[in-house]
Amino acid sequence: METGTHSAAAPRSQMQISDEVAIEIQKMNKWYGAFHVLRDIDLTVYRGERIVICGPSGSGKSTLIRCINALEEHQQGRIVVDGTHLSSDLKNIDRIRSEVGMCFQHFNLFPHLTILENCTLAPIWVRKIPKREAEETAMHFLEKVKIPDQANKYPGQLSGGQQQRVAIARSLCMRPRIMLFDEPTSALDPEMIKEVLDTMIELAEEGMTMLCVTHEMGFARQVANRVIFMADGQIVEQNEPEAFFNNPQNERTQQFLSQILGH
Amino acid sequence: MSDTHAESVAYVRDTFIPQQEPPVREKGVVKWMRENLFSSVPYTILSLLALWAIWSILSSFLPWLLNGVWNASSLSECRETLDGARGGCFAVLSERWNQLLFGFAYPSEFYWRPTLAFVLLFAAAAPVLVPMLPRKLLIFTLVYPFLAYWLIWGGTIVAPIMGLVGLIVGAVVFQTLSHRGFAIGVLGAVISAIAIWWIGGSLAGGPLSGVMALEQVESAKMGGFMLNMILGTVCVSLSLPFGILLALGRQSKLPIIRVFSVCFIEFIRGVPLITLLFVANVVLAYFLPPGTNFDLILRVIIMITMFASAYIAEVIRGGLAALPRGQYEAADSLGLDYAQAMRLIILPQALKISIPGIVNVAVGLFKDTTLVSIISMFDVIGMIRGPILSSTEWSGVYWELYGFAALMFFVICYGISQYSQWLERRLATDHR
Repeated sequence: METGTHSAAAPRSQMQISDEVAIEIQKMNKWYGAFHVLRDIDLTVYRGERIVICGPSGSGKSTLIRCINALEEHQQGRIVVDGTHLSSDLKNIDRIRSEVGMCFQHFNLFPHLTILENCTLAPIWVRKIPKREAEETAMHFLEKVKIPDQANKYPGQLSGGQQQRVAIARSLCMRPRIMLFDEPTSALDPEMIKEVLDTMIELAEEGMTMLCVTHEMGFARQVANRVIFMADGQIVEQNEPEAFFNNPQNERTQQFLSQILGH
Repeated sequence: MSDTHAESVAYVRDTFIPQQEPPVREKGVVKWMRENLFSSVPYTILSLLALWAIWSILSSFLPWLLNGVWNASSLSECRETLDGARGGCFAVLSERWNQLLFGFAYPSEFYWRPTLAFVLLFAAAAPVLVPMLPRKLLIFTLVYPFLAYWLIWGGTIVAPIMGLVGLIVGAVVFQTLSHRGFAIGVLGAVISAIAIWWIGGSLAGGPLSGVMALEQVESAKMGGFMLNMILGTVCVSLSLPFGILLALGRQSKLPIIRVFSVCFIEFIRGVPLITLLFVANVVLAYFLPPGTNFDLILRVIIMITMFASAYIAEVIRGGLAALPRGQYEAADSLGLDYAQAMRLIILPQALKISIPGIVNVAVGLFKDTTLVSIISMFDVIGMIRGPILSSTEWSGVYWELYGFAALMFFVICYGISQYSQWLERRLATDHR
């Protein structure tokens, strides 16, 4: 059994992991004022990987993925996303953001725009795609997340699960090469979690590079090729899911897993 | 039939009662009055007191209104006609109608020009105010300020046309340069627009001064309700964009812009409007080089606009603060740049939240335009206080004149308020 390896997680049958690097994080540190939230983060993500990040609240997992598309600024270290070095240069930040899709815990759809307009806005204004073409793309992805019939409604008229699926479709319309998920199911009622997870599983099967902060351990077992456990702003343990869940090495990991799997 | 029923049930109805009227005390006006006016002894006493108050007001007001005199040439003639009876002397309104609307100096043969400008104002405002109208009508809205200037002030049409051309050239220059950076775009736009305006100014003042020229009317001859309308519409429509810029400036990450916005807003809000108007009237003249003739109406417009935009900026800041941070983050994460995020995501929502506050400022500003009467401009209040009340014929006719001015302002302000409520309902997409 190959435990503790960094990148050599076995690719599942239909999901190909290439050896091309998608995200590279080296010695990254971040402080909120005097509080050291992220400490010496080293992480290399290969194209096609599905990584689940878990850990107790306040461990810095959301902050970590928000640093990848510069929603949070890091103070030390180096982040390279898709070959673009993330510096304070606004052009690089905008380029990375248009290549990296992100889904939030509270969906953050634009309430004053219809579902279709939510999905076409960024392609039209950032990618400069003609309106008609953007609408066709949007309908394609809305069909993929199984809500094409809601295209002309406003977000406030949809259920939470539907809103989160629209948020996924909205990100996909930018044709991102990497998707970040920040606790996408934490704000949902239990019966809506499945529809969102199904959408994410489908996405993973198509080979999307994904980083998910989530507490859905079933999803981690089924989809992830690597699980990362964070505590106190550090990566404490990472492994492929089998080994991670059945044979956790670090004491903090064991404690965390016994708490969330214990009931 | 009835036999079988008689065996199985104890009672069978064979005639049906038709629907009947409810008792008098349980229907219509009587019921409403019993429930709302006389439901208990204290309520009955209060209702009777209120009815007595309404009756005593109406019994003196209605005869005054209905028995009013509309045709007379002076207050004494009014009193003769009334012969001791109760009645208003509305003749002052009909006799001084044009003065109330246009001031005493605007040439009467050109009254059609501001009137036409006023009518066209509705056509220009409609596409801005009513989102359902086709967007192409906005072209007329763009042309309107220059057309209205030409109609009201007169002079050659070259001046307003060059003004418009300068604006368009500035916009085009900004579009072509803005990919090199926002600041370069703004700088290029301002320089090219000023160049066009300078050329246009010298053309309109010199060789082309006779092209399609209307008789010129100087600013000093503007007056009456027309002056209030000019100041109100110009200042409201200018202070909204400036207010938005100040509100965004106050949130800016760039310290110079933020400090400037904060200082401007706090200073202007801390000073009474009337002192700003005195500054416009008197003090600015000391700072300007001698001999420059800087139009008084323009000076007043600048001051009122500054005043109102500081207030609007604070109202919009409230709207911006009410938006969840997730909206900014979602816009950022999709790769929208700052200008796009503001224009497409943040401002549409923030402005919608701010509508009641903005309308509040707009209504207040419109009424505050009457303050110019204190710096001896003859707006509708200035006309009443000055030329009309001090004339020998009409001295002493207070109620009719001030009541008329109040009615004019009420009609417009009530209209603005009703419009804003309609707009709020129309824009409510999130709770349907």
